[in-house]
Amino acid sequence: MNPELKTNLKAIWGRAYVRVVGANREPSWIVSETVLPVLAVAAYVYVYRALNPDPLFTSLVILGGAMSAYWMNILWSMAMQFYWEKEMGNLDLYMIAPISRMSILLGMAAGGFFFATLRAIAIFVLGIILFQAEFVVTSVWKLFLLFFLSMFALYGMGMLFSSIFMLFGRGAWQTSTLFQEPIYLLGGFYYPVKTLGAAVAALGSLLPITLGLDGMRQLTLKSGKTLGFLSVETEILILVGMSVVFLLAAYYSLLFMERLGKKEGKLSLRWQ
Amino acid sequence: MSYAVQTKELTRTFKVKKTKKEGASEVVALKGVNITVETGELFGLLGPNGAGKTTLIKILSTLLLPTSGLALVDGLDVARLAPEVRKRINMVSGGEHSGYGILSVRENLWMFSQFYGVDNDIAYQRIDRMIEVLGLSEFKKTKIGKLSSGMRQKMNLIRGFVTDPKILFLDEPTLGLDVQISRDVRKYIKSWVKNNPEKTILLTTHYMAEADELCDRVAIIDQGKVIACDTPSNLKRLLRQEAVFHIEVNLSMENLDRFSGIKGVKNFAYEHKHHVGKTELKFILESDAAISQVTDVLRQDGTRIISLSKTEPSLEDVFVALVGKGLENES
Repeated sequence: MNPELKTNLKAIWGRAYVRVVGANREPSWIVSETVLPVLAVAAYVYVYRALNPDPLFTSLVILGGAMSAYWMNILWSMAMQFYWEKEMGNLDLYMIAPISRMSILLGMAAGGFFFATLRAIAIFVLGIILFQAEFVVTSVWKLFLLFFLSMFALYGMGMLFSSIFMLFGRGAWQTSTLFQEPIYLLGGFYYPVKTLGAAVAALGSLLPITLGLDGMRQLTLKSGKTLGFLSVETEILILVGMSVVFLLAAYYSLLFMERLGKKEGKLSLRWQ
Repeated sequence: MSYAVQTKELTRTFKVKKTKKEGASEVVALKGVNITVETGELFGLLGPNGAGKTTLIKILSTLLLPTSGLALVDGLDVARLAPEVRKRINMVSGGEHSGYGILSVRENLWMFSQFYGVDNDIAYQRIDRMIEVLGLSEFKKTKIGKLSSGMRQKMNLIRGFVTDPKILFLDEPTLGLDVQISRDVRKYIKSWVKNNPEKTILLTTHYMAEADELCDRVAIIDQGKVIACDTPSNLKRLLRQEAVFHIEVNLSMENLDRFSGIKGVKNFAYEHKHHVGKTELKFILESDAAISQVTDVLRQDGTRIISLSKTEPSLEDVFVALVGKGLENES
């Protein structure tokens, strides 16, 4: 194997390992990142049950709650990560290593995806057990394709944010906080995004998870088609485009930000 | 001839943001620095905090771009050939908190080795050997969040060596460590260089004794400029004509300017030892005769001399003679 490729693959695994191991070693996440989101899910379930006895809405909310694990992972563990790495002193060490910086981001993404998937499964299973939600998959391959494409695009976007946030100071934290609630609104985590109207739903669809979730609901819920904003096929095509654009944008943004950081002395905390 | 490290007129400035009170300004961290480090050397960069040592290390390790001038590592321009430079180097900084608290010492070291493509077997062999040599064996499965700062710095040091770099940058590697751990670290650095004559270390420190003990050659840097560069013994020979006196007095000295006017005083520095209520004065005198005038000035204001000794010049005395201040009194 090409030695550079081998080194980069090792780097991806090395960085992913932290999060893979973290999932086992810090069981406290089960409470903070599974039980608490299930409470939010429960609140929406009871609101829907009070207003509309259609069990479709229970399933819709549970799917949204499970997928929110990925968004939280992107916001706090991908976008913010390079900022935190800088604070810890790890960023210097990544930057002097003879690897593509994309390997570090890919390692973070792979580990983060693994960790978020455990959370998502836990929320999903708990939701089904507690609220007897029903799911009927109409096309397994479309569901897989849609899910993985939305993950590629979403983590590509996370990598892009990470490179941008790399040079932020404390503003990174505030920016992430700023993103959290509006995206809960625009992403349609707890209701069909279609209800926001075409213009706002289109704006929300700039987030890959909005389209992914919308499509997954169409493919897994009884009469899910009636909830869809765009057809699943259209969403798949858009997500393919988003995956390519976000990954390329992350690559070039990282190069640019690294160069800028080296020029302005913002890659390190200590400079003299 | 290709050097392990070479800089030519290396300059780096930083822009300082505009504040309400003051406009934007520039800090010159390095001013036309010229140094050469030969392969196999343990080269020291000695200077006070803010002298520009870390800036130089950051440029050489490809973390910063020079504003002007040239920096070559193993003959490669760090600004243009950073990916090639990175294959040859590693860096360890004093007081760094790198790594992940959720991983053990051994796991963290393994993870960092992966960024250099070190095969697992080799990585674990090196890690286990170095962990043993540096006395970390009982902590190798400990999560690093539970380590003392000294133990953590030992781990950092292993991180630098585990990738077997051709050139290693050590930025204040013993900063804030206790005497015993500093000694262990210095011992390891010395043995690594001795056993690997083809490897080079560039070490920054503001501990004079450390530079004296470890380094083949030392560059003294102050306010971004290299003001002397030679072997420690040659640097000390610069003061062979002068007399070096150390005086301990019972007061926190004020009005130190009065010593500057004494005939025969070339330079002096002081260090307040608040915890014991003493001040230590170091004088570089043109000859022994000048000491009587120094003691007269001290007596005139009632200062009690606790001890007075003439000493062999140390690197610190060289620093005082060249810079006009000690490392402790930077302003």
